[in-house]
Amino acid sequence: MLYRETGQFKISYAADQSVFPIAQDRWFVSLIIVIAIFVIPVLASEYLLQAVMIPLLIFSLAAIGLNLLVGYAGQLSLGTGGFMAVGAYMTYKLTTAFPDINIIIVFLLAGLIAAFVGLIFGIPSLRIKGFYLAVATLASQFFLLWMFNKVAWFYNYNSSGTITAPPREMFGVVITGPMASAETRYLVTLFIVIIFAFIAKNLVRGRLGRSWMAVRDMDIAAEIIGIRPFQTKLIAFAVSSFYCGLAGAMMVFLWLGSAETEAFSINESFNVLFMIIIGGLGSILGSFLGATFIVGLPIFLTNAPQLVGLSMPIDMQKHIEIMMFGSLIIFFLIVEPHGLARLLQILKEKLRLWPFPY
Amino acid sequence: MLRNLILMLLGAVIGITGVVATTPVVEADEQFIPMLVYRTGPYAPSGIPVANGFRDYYTMINNRDGGINGVKITFEECETEYNTKLGVECYEKLKNKGSTGASLVNPFSTGITYQLIPKASVDEVPILSMGYGRTAAADGRVFKWVFNFPTTYWSQASAFIRYVAQQEGGEKNLKGKKIAHVYHNSAYGKEANPTLQALSKKYGYELVLLAVDHPGQEQKATWLQIRRAKPDWVFMSGWGVMNQVAIKEAASIRYPMDHFVGNWWSGSDADVVPAAAGAKGYKSATFHSPTSDYPVHSDIIKHVYGGDMSKAKKNSFGEVLYNRTIVNAMFAVEAIRTAQAKYGNRALTGAEVRWGLENLNITENRLKEMGMEGFTKPVKVSCSDHETGGPIIIQQWDGSKWNIVSDWVSPIREVVRPMVEKAAAAYATENGIKPRSC
Repeated sequence: MLYRETGQFKISYAADQSVFPIAQDRWFVSLIIVIAIFVIPVLASEYLLQAVMIPLLIFSLAAIGLNLLVGYAGQLSLGTGGFMAVGAYMTYKLTTAFPDINIIIVFLLAGLIAAFVGLIFGIPSLRIKGFYLAVATLASQFFLLWMFNKVAWFYNYNSSGTITAPPREMFGVVITGPMASAETRYLVTLFIVIIFAFIAKNLVRGRLGRSWMAVRDMDIAAEIIGIRPFQTKLIAFAVSSFYCGLAGAMMVFLWLGSAETEAFSINESFNVLFMIIIGGLGSILGSFLGATFIVGLPIFLTNAPQLVGLSMPIDMQKHIEIMMFGSLIIFFLIVEPHGLARLLQILKEKLRLWPFPY
Repeated sequence: MLRNLILMLLGAVIGITGVVATTPVVEADEQFIPMLVYRTGPYAPSGIPVANGFRDYYTMINNRDGGINGVKITFEECETEYNTKLGVECYEKLKNKGSTGASLVNPFSTGITYQLIPKASVDEVPILSMGYGRTAAADGRVFKWVFNFPTTYWSQASAFIRYVAQQEGGEKNLKGKKIAHVYHNSAYGKEANPTLQALSKKYGYELVLLAVDHPGQEQKATWLQIRRAKPDWVFMSGWGVMNQVAIKEAASIRYPMDHFVGNWWSGSDADVVPAAAGAKGYKSATFHSPTSDYPVHSDIIKHVYGGDMSKAKKNSFGEVLYNRTIVNAMFAVEAIRTAQAKYGNRALTGAEVRWGLENLNITENRLKEMGMEGFTKPVKVSCSDHETGGPIIIQQWDGSKWNIVSDWVSPIREVVRPMVEKAAAAYATENGIKPRSC
C-alpha cells in the first residue's frame, strides 16, 4: 500500500535510467541525506559524532571500495588496510610538503597514488584466483605497513613514526587538525562519502560495472563476449584502492587526528571484509549496512549495560561484548547468508504486497 | 518470512539505539577523573595492576580523608584494550562527565597519549603521561597541556647509558661496546632510539636496533639476531605480553640476565614470573621502590580492603606496576590539591588542574606526610620544564622479588634537553603553535 510503484510511468530515457527508479526509494534516500546533513549535526553530541558517525561513514567508504573489488569484480582481497595506509601516509607527505594545496585535493591525489599501488598489487590477479589471490593481496598488507614503519621519509623522520594531521582550512573554516570541530569534520566526511557513494552506484550500473560482474560470474564467458579480463580486473583494483586510500586519508585527517601503522593493521582489513560480507556482497547499500553493524554494534554493546542501569566490572563487560558480537555475526549469517542488504530487499518485496499478500 | 521481518526489525532497533549515547548523572561538586584502562587483551598483564592501583589510591583518599580537602573523587573506567581508536572513543565519552568535566587524563598508553595531545588544548583537559608519551612534551613552552614528569624515555635511556658506564668502569670504556635495543615497534618503543643514537655518537658504542612487532608474542628471530650479534648489554622497551616472551627467550639463549635491562615499563612481576628461574638476575629501571612496606600501603590495606591483606593481594597489591600507579595517582591528587590552594576547595576544571600540575612541588617533607618517604623522589614542575629530569634507579629480580641494586642514576641532561627543545620546536612549526614564554 505504502510501497508500490503502480502508476509510476517512465516516459523518458532519463527517468528509465535514474539511480532510484521507484519514487519511494528516492524520497527515502533524500530524507536520509537531509537528516544526515541538517538534523544530525545539530542534535548529536560530540561523542556521537566523533565516536560513531564519522568512523561509520569512513568505514562505509572503505567498504564500498572493497565491495567494488570483491562483490562486483569477484577478486578476493585482504590488502585493504595497506591501501588505506597508502592514502593516509601520502596525504601526510603531500600536505606537509605543499601546505597550500586544498586538503580535499590532497585527499584525491593520495587516493590516486593508492590506486596506482593497488594497480601494481592487482597484477597477480590475472593468474591467481580466489583464496590464492587473497593470500597474494595479504602480502601487500604486510609489505606496505612494514615500509611505512621502516622508511622514515614517510613520516618526516620524526622520532616516533606517528603521522599527525596538521590544521588545514577550506573556505576559512578549519577542517582538519585538533581545532576542527566534530561537526565540521562530520560534514566534510559526509559530503565526500555521498559524492563517492553516488559515483560508485553509477559505476556499477554502467559498462564498467557490468564487465566486472561478467568477469566475476565467469571469466571465460566474459572473455568470449569481448571483455578483456586483465584490464577489467586491474581497473577494479585501481578503483577499489582509490576508495580505500581516500578512506584511509579521511581516517587520519578527519577522524583520529594522528596515527601509526598499527591503525591500519590486518584487523582493519578483516573488519572491512566482514562489513561487506555481513552487509551484502555486490551491494552499495550493503556496504553502509555492514559498516553500521561492525562499527555501531560494539559501541552499542559497550554502552548497553549502562543504558539499562546495569553496572558490572569493565573486563566482564568487554568479554560479554565480544561474545555477543560474535554470536550476532553468526546469527545474521544464518538468518540471511546474503547479507543485510538482501534482508532489506526481502522487506521491500513484502511491503509491495502488504497488507494483502497472496 | 514473518520471522525474517521480525529479525530485521530487531536488527534495526539495535542499530538505532546503538547510536543514542548516554550520560549517567554524577553528583555535583565531585572531582571527576576519567580512567582509560585495559583489563583485557594482550596488554592486560600490564593493564590490570595499573587499573587497580588508580582505583585503590583514589578510594583510599575518599575513605581516609573524605576526598581532597573534602571534595570527593569520582572516577569511571573505560576499556581501551591499549588500542588507540578505542582510547580516543573512551576519552570522548568521559571528557565531559562530572560536574566540571574531566580534571586530567592518564592514558597509560603512549599511542593514546599521541592521539590526545592535540585535543588537550582544545578540550582544556591536561594530560599527565607519567614517564611515557611524547618526550618532546617536556618542553612546557610548546606543550602547555601535557606533563610527563618525573622523567621521560629520553632521560631514562641516557641514564641507562650512564649506568652501563658505571658498571663498565667509566665512560671511556663504552667505546667499542655493543648495546642492543629491543623495542616494541610502535611510537612507544621507538621513543628511546634518538637518544641512544645520539649517545652512541658521543661515547662510541655500537647500537643494534631490533624491533618487535605488536603484540610481541613472536620473538624467535629477534633473539636469534642477539645470539649472533652478542651485544654486551641489552636494553628493552616492551609492554604487556612482549616482556615475558622476551625474558623467556633471553633465558633460552642463555643471555647473561644481569646485562639485560628493561625500561620501567618492562619490569613488573607479571613480566618475570612466567620465565621462572630463567628470569633471575633480570634488571629494569624504575623511579620508585618496588616494596610495599610504606605507611601509604598500610593505609590502602586499612581503608580500602578493611585490613584484608589476601583480598588486596588478589587485586595486584604490591606489584611493581601497582606501586607505580600509586605514584601516578598521588601526583594527580597532589596537583588537584595544589590547584585548590589557588582556586578554593571545590571541584576544579581541567584548566585549573593544569595550573596545579604546572606548579606542583612535592618536597621530601610532603612525601613524608603522605607516607611515601623513600618511596619515590621529590618533584618540582615548572612552566618550561614539564619533565623535571628525575633520576632512575635499577631494580633486579632475585627469583622471588625485586631488589634495588643501584644508587639513583641521573639522566644526561645536557644531551637530552637540547634534543627535547629541538623536537618540540619542530612540532610547533608543523602544527602552527606559538611557544609561550616562560
